[in-house]
Amino acid sequence: MSNVLTASAAESRSIFKFVPKMPRRIKAYFFIAPAILVFSVLVLYPLVHSIFLSFFSLTGTELFRASNEAQWIGLGNYLELLEDPRFHVSLRNTLLWFLLFMLALPGGLAIALLVNQTVRGIWLYRSLFFFPFVISQVVVGLIFTWFYNPRFGLVAKLWEASGGSAPAILGDPVLVNFGLIAAGLWPQTAFCALIYLTGLCTLSQDQIEAARLDNARGLKLLWYVILPQLRPATFIAFLVTAIGALRSYDLVVIMTDGGPYGSSRVLAYFMYEQALSEYGTRQGYGAAIAVVLFLLTMAVLGLFIWRTMRLEAEN
Amino acid sequence: MFPRPIEQTSLSTQLLYKLLLPVCVAVWLVPLLAVLVTSIRSQGDITRGNIMGWPSEFQLIENYVAVFNESEFAFYLLNTLKITVPSALLAICIASLAGYALAIHRMKIGAPLFLLFLAGNFVPFQILLVPIRNLALETGLYDTATGLVLFHVAFQTGFCALVSRNFIKTIPFELIETARLDGVGEIQIFTRIILPLIKPALAAMLILVFTFVWNDFFWATALTQSNDTRPITAAIQSLNGQFVSRHHLVSAASLLAAMPPVLLFFLMQKQFIAGMTLGASKG
Repeated sequence: MSNVLTASAAESRSIFKFVPKMPRRIKAYFFIAPAILVFSVLVLYPLVHSIFLSFFSLTGTELFRASNEAQWIGLGNYLELLEDPRFHVSLRNTLLWFLLFMLALPGGLAIALLVNQTVRGIWLYRSLFFFPFVISQVVVGLIFTWFYNPRFGLVAKLWEASGGSAPAILGDPVLVNFGLIAAGLWPQTAFCALIYLTGLCTLSQDQIEAARLDNARGLKLLWYVILPQLRPATFIAFLVTAIGALRSYDLVVIMTDGGPYGSSRVLAYFMYEQALSEYGTRQGYGAAIAVVLFLLTMAVLGLFIWRTMRLEAEN
Repeated sequence: MFPRPIEQTSLSTQLLYKLLLPVCVAVWLVPLLAVLVTSIRSQGDITRGNIMGWPSEFQLIENYVAVFNESEFAFYLLNTLKITVPSALLAICIASLAGYALAIHRMKIGAPLFLLFLAGNFVPFQILLVPIRNLALETGLYDTATGLVLFHVAFQTGFCALVSRNFIKTIPFELIETARLDGVGEIQIFTRIILPLIKPALAAMLILVFTFVWNDFFWATALTQSNDTRPITAAIQSLNGQFVSRHHLVSAASLLAAMPPVLLFFLMQKQFIAGMTLGASKG
């Protein structure tokens, strides 16, 4: 192989002929330039621009330009948020999503433990447990909307079978959030199961055998021997679940549109509603909501980066 | 192994496990099964309100054909394909180049860039919304497939760069060192040594980006307006209005729209999981 490569080396050099001795570390930048370019223009710049916009009062669908009606109002948008009951509801619901979404971790672990076997057909069972994760959230939303339908939904039928009259889950200001989160937990638990199963494959067999010789069984073995080894998987599962909870948007739009009476708004939904929907075009105010959401995300991510750096330092 | 392999347990436990497994799967998939049953019902059942009971007749083929005949379903599928396929291809090109630079070359900006790409994965889309939409409007990319492709590529680049970096890190460095000593240029090393070796990672990235972009709903609604560009995820919503009280057709349409990533997942589960693992673990 190396002969072929040497033969073609000359032609490759000709590409850089105009700078014959370009150092290798400069060439490296050519490889990474496209990634940096798209990332800076379409991720970094919008990010910074949004933070900037959040200090302006800018209403309407027109573009932001220095000349138009955008007015610098400093922390005005943020102060207004503090007083806005809709923001309080959105923030509270986002935190509720965050807390209850953590159920995906034990749920995912349970599924992973169930399918960590080598019986015939286990491949199919694993796939059937995991695949809700790749179903579009739009479809998950529709599926659960029908599932909860008080007239013909399966939940209602079961409820009636047990004697009660079925509540309209998505029409009740309190139940609606639990209904939405349950729908979100379905694919999220599948995702965590996938992460945990991968983690279970990397366990140290010696330690498990040693613990078994010491008569460790079942839950005790799980708690003292398995879980500590699964810590990296748990951390990744925590990270993606936390981010998933903060990102919750699709399900809210599909299933309730924030209702009833705005009681199922979350930050991501509230932002869209304020900035670009038929209900409002306050771009500056929307940007301020997005910044709050961004800061929450960064807090979670900070934890991840701090842990990564600490592990790096240990090695 | 944990839990203990089922073959090593008593016969009754084994039997219990084999019974329990299908039951668990069935319970887990109940919401989906309900929709599946609805999607093969007749209009008669729907109007009679028999939506969850046993269907009076099965119309599997009729209903699924009706979705294509009575709506623009195929057209929206094509719209989605026009966005997903170029996005996936472009993303892996850019990402494999970046991964090579990050994994093999010692760059001063390597570590901060790595963190930046990592963080970029998790940024909430809402904070990009207003500027991206304005950018799209100013450049004429609003409501075009090209615009959506570009934006998706940018959002996926970070994740894919991490996947390819982590994979390229597993290639023995001597291979590259030897080639360099033979005077092989960097481009040749990339195209002749790296690319053939990272085929599994490329496949994994292709599947993942395809799935993420296919399932995207936020940008599909934020950056499109007309039916000419609207992808299937956004269109399903309006289909829901178009097929009012014809639940069997909406169910069939939803299941069809969810199908391609699900099929990919079933067929290429190994690559799928490998990709997720590479993206998550820090090599």
